[in-house]
Amino acid sequence: MKIKTFPLFLVIIFLIIFVIFYKGLNNSNIYTPETNLKKNIPYFKVKTFDSEKLIESDEIFKNDKFYLINIWASWCVPCRDEHPFLVDLNKKKGLEIVGLNYKDNKKNAKIFLDDLGNPYDIILMDQDGTISIEWGAYGVPETFLIYNKKIIKKVIGPLDSKKVFEINELVK
Amino acid sequence: MKYLKYIIILLILSTINLSFADEHETQLQNEITKNLRCLICQGQSIYDSDSQFANSLKILVEKKLSEGLSEKEIYEYFENKYGEWILYDPKFNKNTYFLWLLPILMFLLGGVILFKLFIIKKN
Repeated sequence: MKIKTFPLFLVIIFLIIFVIFYKGLNNSNIYTPETNLKKNIPYFKVKTFDSEKLIESDEIFKNDKFYLINIWASWCVPCRDEHPFLVDLNKKKGLEIVGLNYKDNKKNAKIFLDDLGNPYDIILMDQDGTISIEWGAYGVPETFLIYNKKIIKKVIGPLDSKKVFEINELVK
Repeated sequence: MKYLKYIIILLILSTINLSFADEHETQLQNEITKNLRCLICQGQSIYDSDSQFANSLKILVEKKLSEGLSEKEIYEYFENKYGEWILYDPKFNKNTYFLWLLPILMFLLGGVILFKLFIIKKN
């Protein structure tokens, strides 16, 4: 009896491990962050790009209005690619675009905007990157669509025509 | 002159105290950043990484500590922002029962096998 239970036990353990690994094979091993979170926007104090005046987030984001906060930097190459899409989105009524300038040199940022156009209604400065972390961002570029002080869509990486279409559908 | 002596002693004591507090905070900051995963790096903690993301997170951990948040509150704060994946220490929930309990089960079963093999056989 003793001899029979031990191999049986081994087989069961082996089977359990096999099932776990087999199931694991089907799971994606690439970490994909959630993009539709419906989270409240964070509270923060930040300097504006133009006047370097300290303002609170509550002064920027009001209820019943769509806001698009775009994290960008002049040194970020994908930001150049997505910039024309932002310029287009700026023409849309009922949508305000807020730029969050990430760890950038102000002079270079100004040149960037002079070259490619300024789609932002207001630009904020995130010199040490901590405000982006408050937003739950991973890097640049990243864009959040906000309504009633809630994040309703998050785009990680540069905007493209498909993502802009999705934003337009939501803002309608 | 007498008072001056006391003032100097007090000043020395307060700087020693401050430096100890600073050291403790740096140690805690290092411990916290070692337990946070750098989400844009491969297999590195925030402490190990020098990426833009990790550097910003280090600054924020320092800020939160100076605001008086506890270690647990800081973990909760980052978990709320980025999800449980940012924590190196997985929590005990329905997805991780197996992960946490398997080593204990294996240990107990191993013990039973050894007990059966050696003690019972001897008797």
